[in-house]
Amino acid sequence: MSATTMEHTRRPGTEADQPIIELVGISKRFEKKLDFIGKLAQRLGAPVREEIVHAVDNVNLTIRHGEVVGLVGESGCGKSTLGRVVAGIMPPSDGQVLWRGRDIASLHGAEAKEAKLRAQMIFQDPMSSLNPRMKVQDIVGEAPQVHGMTTRSGFNDYVDEQLRRAGLDPALKKRYPHQFSGGQRQRIGIARALAVQPEFLVCDESVAALDVSIQAQILNLFMRLRSELNLTYLFISHDLSVVEHLSDRVVIMYLGRVVEQAPSEEIFARANHPYTVSLLSAVPRIEARKRAFTTVQGEIPSPLNPPPGCHFHPRCPHAMERCRVEVPALKEIAPGHLSACHLNG
Amino acid sequence: MAATLEVRNLQTHFFTRAGVVKAVDGVSFTVGRGKVMGLVGESGSGKTVTGFSIIGLVDAPGRVVGGEILFHGQNLAKLSEEEMRQLRGNRIAMIFQDPMMTLNPVLRVDTQMIETVLAHTKVSKEEARQRCRDALGMVGIPSPDERLKSYPHQFSGGMRQRVAIAIALLHRPELIIADEPTTALDVTIQGQILAEVQKLAANTGTSLIWITHDLSVVAGLADDLAVMYAGKVVEDGPVSEVLDKPMHPYTHGLIGSVPSRNRRGEPLRQIPGMTPSLLKLPPGCAFHSRCDRATPECTAPVELLELIPGRHARCIHPHLEEVAA
Ligand SMILES: Nc1ncnc2c1ncn2[C@@H]1O[C@H](COP(=O)(O)OP(=O)(O)O)[C@@H](O)[C@H]1O
Ligand SMILES: Nc1ncnc2c1ncn2[C@@H]1O[C@H](COP(=O)(O)OP(=O)(O)O)[C@@H](O)[C@H]1O
Ligand code: SF4
Ligand code: SF4
Ligand SMILES: [Mg+2]
Ligand SMILES: [Mg+2]
Repeated sequence: MSATTMEHTRRPGTEADQPIIELVGISKRFEKKLDFIGKLAQRLGAPVREEIVHAVDNVNLTIRHGEVVGLVGESGCGKSTLGRVVAGIMPPSDGQVLWRGRDIASLHGAEAKEAKLRAQMIFQDPMSSLNPRMKVQDIVGEAPQVHGMTTRSGFNDYVDEQLRRAGLDPALKKRYPHQFSGGQRQRIGIARALAVQPEFLVCDESVAALDVSIQAQILNLFMRLRSELNLTYLFISHDLSVVEHLSDRVVIMYLGRVVEQAPSEEIFARANHPYTVSLLSAVPRIEARKRAFTTVQGEIPSPLNPPPGCHFHPRCPHAMERCRVEVPALKEIAPGHLSACHLNG
Repeated sequence: MAATLEVRNLQTHFFTRAGVVKAVDGVSFTVGRGKVMGLVGESGSGKTVTGFSIIGLVDAPGRVVGGEILFHGQNLAKLSEEEMRQLRGNRIAMIFQDPMMTLNPVLRVDTQMIETVLAHTKVSKEEARQRCRDALGMVGIPSPDERLKSYPHQFSGGMRQRVAIAIALLHRPELIIADEPTTALDVTIQGQILAEVQKLAANTGTSLIWITHDLSVVAGLADDLAVMYAGKVVEDGPVSEVLDKPMHPYTHGLIGSVPSRNRRGEPLRQIPGMTPSLLKLPPGCAFHSRCDRATPECTAPVELLELIPGRHARCIHPHLEEVAA
C-alpha cells in the first residue's frame, strides 16, 4: 500500500532526487528581554539575566525536490521557528540554508528577491495573515504584479486563474476577507501564496483551525496542487494522522532538536525514539474503543531551561545515567531512518 | 436502570437583532449512570449551548424555549434560578475549554478550592482541605499541598485544566459536562487527562457528557455518542455502532473524511459545501444541500426516529444496508 498517487510526479534520476533545500547546523535563539522591574533589579546588582530560548538547536535537514516532509512536535518545540527559517522570512542565529546547493545568505539583488518568492508560507489563521482592508483580488494579485508575473491588462485573468485553482469562485474577488468562511479564507491564503509561482510551500498548521469536513477539502487541495504544480512541501502539524496521510517523510522535534526522522510508513510502523513512541501512543485514534489511555508521564519542560543531556530524559521510561549528561547524536539506524537516542548505542 | 439525564427535544434560541438563531433546535439524548456520552459536531453546531442549557447558564438574548431536561426525572428547565444555583457545582458540574472560566486568577488555588467546598458543605476547614487533596490526587496531581499554595498563572495549561477538573469533582457530582477540555492541550497532556477521567467515571459512577469536535477522542472514551448538525442531534447510539456503521449521511461523511480512515496519500473522502447559517436554514433536513442521498422529500421536516433498537437517526434515506450487513 505505497503512496502511489503521491509519488507519481517523482521520476527517478531526474531533479526529483536533488535537494531543493538543505539546512546545515541551523540554530535560532531568542532573547527574552528583561522588563522594567528586571532591568532595575539588574542595575541594583540582583542576579537576573536576559534569558535565552533555544527555539531551534543545531538542526540538519535535507528536503528533496517533490517531497512532502511532515514536521511534528508539541507546542513550543520550534516547528514554526524552523518553518520560518526554511521559508526565508527569519534569519537563523547559526548555520546555513542552502537553496539548490547555494547559501541564500550569499545571494544579492535580483537573485535574493527571486529566492524569497520560491518559498512561500501558509499559516494557521488565515484571518491574521490577510489584510482585512484589501479586496481578495488585490491580496492575491498585488505581489505577482509587482514582480512582473502579470501585467496590468492581464491582471484580471491572472487573479481569476489563481482563485479558481484554489477552489474559489472568481466572482467573489471584489469581496473582503471577513466576508468568507474559515475554509474559504484558507483558500485565499493558498491562492495568494501560489500566485507568485513558488516551488516550495511551508504549511504551518494550515488545517488546524478547520472543522474535519473542511479540513478534508483543504488537504485534498494541497495534494492536488502538489501534483499539478510539482510542489515540494514542509508540512508542519501537531496532528499525526494528518501528517501520516500526507507525508513521504516525517521529522519529529522535541524542545528545539530533531529527535527522529524516517519515511512515513517506517516511522508509524517502527518508531525508534522513546519520545516518538509515547507521542504515537497518546494520539487518539478513531479505531480505538473504550481503550485505556496510557501515556508518557510529566510535562514538557520549559525551553528557557531545558534538561541537560537528552532533553527527554526526565520523562523517558528508559533513561540511564548517560542520558542525563550526554546529548545523543542523530544517527542512521536503518536506511533513511535517523534517531537520537543512547539506546541505539 | 434509571438514566442520570434525559434530554428531550431541547430547544434554545437566541433572539438577536439579525433574527432568531435556533442554536439548539431538537436535541435529545440519554446519559446512563457512570456512562460517558460523547456529544460531537463541528463548530457552531450547538454543542456548547446544549451544555449551557443543561446547567442553566444560557444568558440573554438566549432562552430555553422548549423541551425537557430530566435529571433523575426532575425537569431542570422548570427550576427557579435559586434552585439551579443549588444544583450547579454541587450535583452537576461543568468543565470548560478554558480553565480560567473556573479559576479565579487573583486567588491562591487552595483558597478558592476550600471556599468552594465550604460554600456547599458544612465541614471544618481541615476536612475541606483534605477533600481538596483527594480531588487533586484523583486528577493526577501528586504532591498537592505545595501545589495548593500557588496562583493559577503559575501553572501550565495542562495543570490548570487538572485543577479545574478537581474543582468540578469537589462535591462528587452525579453529572459532569466537559466542554472540549483538552482541545487546547498538547497530545501527551491530553492523553494524561483522558486517562484520569476514564478512571474517574469507572470508579465513582459519575456520568459524563464529553463535548468535542474530535471523533477520535470520544472513540476511546465514550460509551455512547450523539452527533449534532446545525442545532439538531442527527444520530445517536452506542459508540462502536455509530462509528462502525453510521446511519446518517452526515455522520457517514464525517467519519469518512478522517485521514486515518483513508488510504495514505489518496484523496480524502470529503463532504462538499459547508454548514448553512443558522439564521437562514433551509426547510426540512439542514444537511440537504450537501447530502449525496437527498431527494425532494428531504425538504419536509425530518424526525429523529429509533430506526433500530438503541439507535436513532434523523434521516429518511439512512445507510441501513451496512447496518443490516
Ligand atoms: N519571536 C519570538 N521571540 C521570543 N521567543 C520566541 C519567538 N518565537 C518563538 N519563540 C519561542 O521559541 C520556542 C519555539 O516556538 P515555536 O517555533 O513557535 O514552536 P512551535 O511552533 O513548535 O509551537 C518557544 O519557546 C517560543 O516561546
Ligand atoms: N449569545 C449568543 N447570541 C447569538 N448567537 C449565539 C450566542 N451564543 C451562541 N450563539 C450561536 O449558537 C450557535 C451554536 O453555538 P455553540 O453552541 O457555541 O456551537 P459549538 O459549541 O457546537 O461550536 C452558533 O451559531 C452561535 O453563533
Ligand atoms: S537518550 Fe536516554 S533519555 Fe533520551 S530518549 Fe534515549 S533512552 Fe530516553
Ligand atoms: S434526510 Fe435526506 S438530505 Fe437529510 S441526510 Fe437524510 S437523505 Fe440526506
Ligand atoms: Mg507553531
Ligand atoms: Mg463550543
